[in-house]
Amino acid sequence: MDFRDTAEEARFRGELRGWLAEHSPPEAVAGGRPDDEGARAWSRRLYDAGYVGLTWPTEYGGRGLPYTYQAILVEELARYGARGHLGTIGLNMAGPTILAWGSEEQKRRLLPPLLAGDEIWCQGFSEPGAGSDLGAVRTTAAADSEHQGDGEHQDDGKHWDDGEHWVVNGQKVWSSYAHLADWCILVVRTDPAAAKHAGLSYLLVDMHAPGVDVRPLTQLTGDPEFNEIFLTDVRVPRGSMLGKPGDGWQVAMTTLLHERGTLGFLLVAALERQLGLLVKLARETAPDGRRPADDPLLRDAIAREWTVLQGLRFTNYRSLTALMRTGIPGPEGSVAKLVWSEANQRLTALALSMQGLAAQLDGPDAVWDGYWQYQQLRSRGNTIEAGTSEILRNIVAERVVGLPRSR
Amino acid sequence: MDFAFSAEQEALRAAARDFLAERVPLPKVAALADTDPGWDPAIWGALVGLGWLDADLGVLEHAVLLEEAGYALLPAPFFATVALAWPASDGRSRLTLAWAEPGLPAGLAEVDSPGTRVAGDGTVTGHKTLVPDAGWVDAFVVRCAGGALRLVPAAAATVRPLSTVDTTRRLAEVRFDRAPSEPVVAELATVRRRALALAAAESVGVARRALDIAAEHARSRTQFDRPIGSYQAVSHRVADTYTAVQLATSLAIWAAWCVTEDDPAADQACAAATSYAGPAAVRACETAIQVLGGIGMTWEHPIHRFYKRAQWLAAFDTGGRAQRADIAAALLG
Repeated sequence: MDFRDTAEEARFRGELRGWLAEHSPPEAVAGGRPDDEGARAWSRRLYDAGYVGLTWPTEYGGRGLPYTYQAILVEELARYGARGHLGTIGLNMAGPTILAWGSEEQKRRLLPPLLAGDEIWCQGFSEPGAGSDLGAVRTTAAADSEHQGDGEHQDDGKHWDDGEHWVVNGQKVWSSYAHLADWCILVVRTDPAAAKHAGLSYLLVDMHAPGVDVRPLTQLTGDPEFNEIFLTDVRVPRGSMLGKPGDGWQVAMTTLLHERGTLGFLLVAALERQLGLLVKLARETAPDGRRPADDPLLRDAIAREWTVLQGLRFTNYRSLTALMRTGIPGPEGSVAKLVWSEANQRLTALALSMQGLAAQLDGPDAVWDGYWQYQQLRSRGNTIEAGTSEILRNIVAERVVGLPRSR
Repeated sequence: MDFAFSAEQEALRAAARDFLAERVPLPKVAALADTDPGWDPAIWGALVGLGWLDADLGVLEHAVLLEEAGYALLPAPFFATVALAWPASDGRSRLTLAWAEPGLPAGLAEVDSPGTRVAGDGTVTGHKTLVPDAGWVDAFVVRCAGGALRLVPAAAATVRPLSTVDTTRRLAEVRFDRAPSEPVVAELATVRRRALALAAAESVGVARRALDIAAEHARSRTQFDRPIGSYQAVSHRVADTYTAVQLATSLAIWAAWCVTEDDPAADQACAAATSYAGPAAVRACETAIQVLGGIGMTWEHPIHRFYKRAQWLAAFDTGGRAQRADIAAALLG
């Protein structure tokens, strides 16, 4: 048990702080809304400095460092108020899945540009009829036996194209970054006759292929942060599958395990940053002339959220230790997203309550140009995206506590 | 960074768990709790023999032991000795701390002890209340006016048991009348930090036992032809208990580590751990009672004994509200 950095970790943290002090002006809080182009430039700078893919194998562009270094990176980025990486789906979901299931050729072709931020990834799991129930996926991929080797699809260097294809048809939804993405991790049904989960397969789909149509969906925040993806006769090279036909469920579980495992650090970092801003807000004079930091009830509520943040932080560290010892995150890790999402909702609502009736203003007339208005509305998605809180509680109850299946 | 217990600490935990399961199974705890004196003094020699009072044990080791003692609901002045009175320990004696006075706030370091005076000849005169395990100890560490701590033998004190909710941790009024005493070389603030970190550890043990009791019942109890744990209205409450136990565990470990290392964050860590873990243990027991249904409302079922311990832990020191006020003061000024 030692909560301190080792000498090497301390050196890494020191270098990183020096680099951040030079390169990372704190993100302007104006609105705090997504800024794709700013995020793209920042992602590139992080990559050029060697701070992307710290834990990934060196042969695919990573640095082969232990997970603690990634934890330090995420902590320090949050501390400096640095914006997120644009390639978060690639780094946290697609990449680890390709590392686990991909062929050597797929890894060499896909991972370096993913790390560099030259190719952005999105996720095609959910459908109008398949939300929490991934087994209900109806998007199909059929073997295209008629057109074998007809050379219709140009080999643009993105494909290991031997002329054989899957032809994909269907619709995906709630896909963040799809409007920017070059690639999609897509769960499809390849065997309509097989039982629910057994008929699924996992494809890596070129988002620039003919037949891929991305339509933005406006969120309740007013921002088009996620998208629908319509797939019409999209021809996907046969070599673009991870695993074999029918392995889709297992491959997808790898993706979700990594999403719920390593994302914990990002979530704690985001919450720490949010709490720091809440403290700042509480110490300012509110539009009604009062100072929230003088209100004992608000002080109590802030202390509660700080306590939950610390609990979450050290729970993540325990999970990290398990990950480093066994290669898989410990069961503690399954609670991170559940706790974070509800904490972020409480915290952002608290920020609005500090503004009184003036919280009903948004944009340039609002406190901090509407930062908290956006954050609070956006936070309602936190208990839905990446596994609803209901599904996460099922997972904790069934797989961790060992209660009987609920369905 | 390394956030796991060492092999030695894990071995200590396993040995403690086995020992407590064998020596104080729940039926025995219930039998002791419902009679006098409320504990089996013979167990003390065994605890000493196991090395639980060895001078080389650190706060983390005692956190491990107290988590298991909470899980077993061990009725013995073990918490009182190692969490409250450790600076006076000789490795054998049963000790407790007498800090609160009638009519004054009962935090460990919240107010002075104006009613307890040390005379020029070293004798102590005063009136203490809410003293845990007072009838079970060899000596008292007494908080005196000005923050001095004095060690007074039990033979020189008058103990009046108070009717107590948690009969596995009985509270008493203690009077000292020109009682001989020795100085205890320790700062009250240091004693408090250690006490808070270890109260959090004991709370984790209580909460974990309540979780196990609830989960076991949810697996085995059938209604409408299904185990009740298959209903999400039940399983999600149990999942929430698991989640709270994880956070409480992490905070308790962090606090114990901070106390060990005299870390600058120690005060906040201890306040966070205690103010979270105590109420988490209360909620874990309340969930267990709800999952148990009618049997959870009976005297016969042991859950109420954990619930009552949890309530003492949640009220210990200043209680969560004042501990959070300390956190807020550090954050907000």
